[in-house]
Amino acid sequence: MDFEYTPEEQAFREEVRTFLAENLPRKAERGTDFLATWLAKVREKGWVGFSWPKEFGGSDGGLIEQTILREEMALAKAPPLGTSFMGLAWVGPGIMQYGTEAQKKKFIPDILDSKVTWCTGYSEPNHGSDLASIQCKAVREGDHYLVNGQKTWTTGAAFSQWIILLTRTSFDVEVKHNGITCLLVAMDSPGIDVRPIENMAGDRHFAEIFFTDVKVPVENRLGEEGDGWKVTVSALANERSSIGEVTQMFGKLDTLKALVKRTNRQGKPASKDPKVRRTLAVFEAKIAAMKYNGLRYLTKQIRGEPLTSETSVNKLHRASLEIEMDDFAVELTGQSGLQLKGGSDAVENGRWAKSSLNWPNVVIGGGTPNIQRNIIAERILGLPKD
Amino acid sequence: MNFGFTQEQEMLRDQVRRFMTEACPMSTVRELTAKDAPFSEKLWDQIASLGWLGLIVPEQYGGIGLKWIDLALVLEETARGLSPLPILSQALASAAVLRAGNDEQRANWLPALASGEVRATLALYDEPNWFDAQAVTLTGIPVDDGIELHGRKPFVADAMSSNQLLLAYLGPAGLGLAAIGKSQVKVTEEPSMDVTKPTGSIILDHVQVSADRLMPISPEDLAYLADCGAVAVTAEMVGAADTTLTMTSNYAKERIQFGKPIGQYQGVKHRLADMFVDVESFRSLLYYAAWCIDDAVGELPRAISLAKGYASDAFVRIGIDGVGLHGAIGFTAEYDVQLYLKRSKWSRPMYGDSDYHLDRVATLGGI
Ligand SMILES: Cc1cc2nc3c(=O)[nH]c(=O)nc-3n(C[C@H](O)[C@H](O)[C@H](O)COP(=O)(O)OP(=O)(O)OC[C@H]3O[C@@H](n4cnc5c(N)ncnc54)[C@H](O)[C@@H]3O)c2cc1C
Repeated sequence: MDFEYTPEEQAFREEVRTFLAENLPRKAERGTDFLATWLAKVREKGWVGFSWPKEFGGSDGGLIEQTILREEMALAKAPPLGTSFMGLAWVGPGIMQYGTEAQKKKFIPDILDSKVTWCTGYSEPNHGSDLASIQCKAVREGDHYLVNGQKTWTTGAAFSQWIILLTRTSFDVEVKHNGITCLLVAMDSPGIDVRPIENMAGDRHFAEIFFTDVKVPVENRLGEEGDGWKVTVSALANERSSIGEVTQMFGKLDTLKALVKRTNRQGKPASKDPKVRRTLAVFEAKIAAMKYNGLRYLTKQIRGEPLTSETSVNKLHRASLEIEMDDFAVELTGQSGLQLKGGSDAVENGRWAKSSLNWPNVVIGGGTPNIQRNIIAERILGLPKD
Repeated sequence: MNFGFTQEQEMLRDQVRRFMTEACPMSTVRELTAKDAPFSEKLWDQIASLGWLGLIVPEQYGGIGLKWIDLALVLEETARGLSPLPILSQALASAAVLRAGNDEQRANWLPALASGEVRATLALYDEPNWFDAQAVTLTGIPVDDGIELHGRKPFVADAMSSNQLLLAYLGPAGLGLAAIGKSQVKVTEEPSMDVTKPTGSIILDHVQVSADRLMPISPEDLAYLADCGAVAVTAEMVGAADTTLTMTSNYAKERIQFGKPIGQYQGVKHRLADMFVDVESFRSLLYYAAWCIDDAVGELPRAISLAKGYASDAFVRIGIDGVGLHGAIGFTAEYDVQLYLKRSKWSRPMYGDSDYHLDRVATLGGI
């Protein structure tokens, strides 16, 4: 066991830090063209799609360097390395693995250059946790598919140019997973109707999408007909190491500690309250556990051992922390904690109140905790399904 | 021993339930709360004529002369539908006048409170999370005929819809309540997580209050009124939490995933059963505390601290899991369960969160 980095790795970390010092001005000093400049510079560095093969415009970055890059970016609270989160996280990797040469040429550069934003059309009103049962229908008609049906909860649908869409091409298969086909669909295709949905925090990040006789050229099918499940699920399993998240959460814990230090409860400093101290310490223990779990899984990956379902452990920690940390801040600050932006007594201008309403983004959006528990129980512990 | 409700009480419960479904359903609540300072004169007049505003006001003052346990029933039922009507504030103002007012003040205020003609609220503490006489910082300086108030009341429930504000202050002679006409001050509506619980803040700068509008109170009176506040809020928590549970278990019966209703999976079923255990338990604790106000007031501090201490944590968990067990649909603004999550967060610090109340339980238990 060894927690030291090699001189090369250390040098890479220094390179990232130097870059950040030179190219990441403080928030107040950022001009209107900051984001465009930033995106161009990190692209030039080869850090967008850092782990992607060089032939597709990536850097072939190793697992440890990826981790270092994510960690330093998160520490500096840097903006994302590209505008298409989903494009970089799973659409791009999916296309590189299963796409045709033409698809790779057409889609990969635009993802890396932040020219195109992707959204993910998996869930439907009646099929969320049970994704393999989706019904959105695609029928082959000569050189195109005709798509009819509905998707929902599609994050970013209103401002994305492309969608990775799971459709059903076969209704009479014995195993429902086998009738699914993955299509790459331009969001401006005729017959697509996007209706944003407001969430409980008052934002409109997700939307429902209606497809009426939408024509999708066969050349935009990702993988073979009937292989959609394999294509997308393996893309999702293309699990990013959680280290960037862990760094962000340590950062959030720091702001929480700062809040505790300047808060009084019952007229006494909250920082002296044993329950408050214990709660903060439990948060820290869980985040640290996520960190070291992540490093163990990373080591496994480096050794070429397949990751199975262990990542569900960190997902469950992440889910409970996502709920509890904001809720703790709201509880700590009493009636002030309830006030939103603009409130005379709002805490940090309502930041904690608002984020305490946003946990479903993580807790439900990425698959619910119960499903993660089922994964652990069934795939790791070998318990029977219900 | 009889820890059950009378037939009359059950009739009252039915009456409130009917009113809520017919006159104040969720569509109405949403309509009212879409505007600033949600309130409805029409609904207010209706509940006034049903007598609910005078439930705990003695008959000699134009009230119904019932008890807090009856009021608790009404609050539980109106909170089921998240009514934004300030029944709770009106009741606390009445309780304050009954406790602290002299004969003349009682005769002056109580009939108008019972009829709904005066709409009043009570604001005690000026700190976000401190429930103690020291947290009353609004200052009263004696002047010729009365006092002059200086300071700020940051957290005044239903301030916008009230026309009279009963504000706790600290003067040279001790604590008191000052009744202020709303037109005397500027009320700022504060943006808050729970739109069904409108809250305002008030700045008081040389506000004159005549002697006949002042009611001296002792620290014990203050604590008693805060305990009444905790009873009222917890009664509302019972109704709102129970509805969250009903909504969520109904959804679990209908929502099919993997070919079965999700309620068939123990991960869902057992959580719902645990929610039931919690609601059932803080309901009993609350009924006992509400009974104590009129019939065993010496027991009140411990009884209400047990109830609010239990409910504050349990309801927040119920609110979060209520949304979580609905999946993504529970996160939408259109779906009602999220309004209950917000109510659970609002309820937690009101008149003391679980830390405050459970600590008090320990202290009262000699620890
Ligand atoms: C903010 C947000 C963003 C999202 N973004 C996207 C997106 O971009 N693209 C996309 O395709 N989807 C997206 N989703 C949808 C998300 O993937 C689904 O919400 C999620 O998979 C759960 O499905 P559901 O909402 O239908 O809930 P359901 O599957 O109906 O689940 C309801 C409840 O039942 C429980 N449950 C279900 N089955 C079981 C079981 N077998 N055992 C025990 N408990 C069970 C669940 O845990 C949950 O608590 C998003 C969701 C949210 C909230």
